[in-house]
Amino acid sequence: MSEWRLYEVFVRSKHGLNHKHVGSVHASDAEMAMENARDLYTRRSEGVSIWVVPSDTITASASDEKEVLFDPSEDKVYRHASFYKLPDEVGHM
Amino acid sequence: MTQAEALKEYLLRLADSDMILGQRLCELCGKAPALEEEMALMNVALDLVGQARNWYEYAAELIDDGRDADKLAFRRDAHDYRNLLLTEQPNEDYAVTMGRQFFFDVWHYFTLKSLTESSDERVAGIAAKALKEATYHLRRSSEWVKRLGDGTEESHRRMQEAVDILWRFTGELITPDDTDRVMAEAGVGPDPDQLAKDWRGMVNEVLTQATLTPGAEDAWMYMGGKHGEHTEHLGFILAEMQFLQRAYPDATTW
Repeated sequence: MSEWRLYEVFVRSKHGLNHKHVGSVHASDAEMAMENARDLYTRRSEGVSIWVVPSDTITASASDEKEVLFDPSEDKVYRHASFYKLPDEVGHM
Repeated sequence: MTQAEALKEYLLRLADSDMILGQRLCELCGKAPALEEEMALMNVALDLVGQARNWYEYAAELIDDGRDADKLAFRRDAHDYRNLLLTEQPNEDYAVTMGRQFFFDVWHYFTLKSLTESSDERVAGIAAKALKEATYHLRRSSEWVKRLGDGTEESHRRMQEAVDILWRFTGELITPDDTDRVMAEAGVGPDPDQLAKDWRGMVNEVLTQATLTPGAEDAWMYMGGKHGEHTEHLGFILAEMQFLQRAYPDATTW
């Protein structure tokens, strides 16, 4: 059990367009990960499709880089559509 | 034996096997080797108990002596139970738990598949619903048998031991008696020859992939579960399973 690999689980719900991360499972291989994911995360009809991805194949951003990566976008209000005034004739968008 | 008598008997067999195996698996609640396996085992167990309920309800209607599904499950003693001997065998290690599940699942899958075309519509309906669950159970247990059989030296040894220990209870799955034959002739139950052929075919295929050796086809087999002659294990299972209903009969609030 201690040697089992960790897999991240993504589930697409019935009406969802994309797979969403729902959690993780331990498993000795991908097939077992899929079965475990099915039993853990879709037992109340949460999904119609499952992806399992070995956690150690994911490249993640480092938490100590948070300021460098994400703070600069906080004062760039012009990147939001709501920053721009709509001409009256456009009406509702 | 009339067809009506055979059907009652046959329904109790289906129900009891589901119920006893479900109860066996539930013993692992809180004790499974990993959280993921625990959830999976309990899912399978509850699928089986749910299926048992459907068979008991139909049986209760036909028996029609005032007993409902609960009474059939919780107020009958071991000699009235009709489950396959395989289902009452102890969990032991995970190889035995999964080996028992695999042998059962193959039988269950082909039986239910055939029952979806039963001449009895109610049977066909219950089977159709159960087959989806059983198909998944079979996939899961065959993967485990292959994983353990074709795994490490120790897992292979244990899985082979499990096959050897359990083999003596598999003959009962595919050896028909009068009830099975009456059901087959009426188009209610599966054709016994076909069932045996299918069971052997899939078991051999999976065991070969798992680098495991099946037992001999002419090995001596324990039978009797279908007639109420059980191994010593069933009494203990029922003692635990039926305690509450026996101690507080007809209680409506727990």
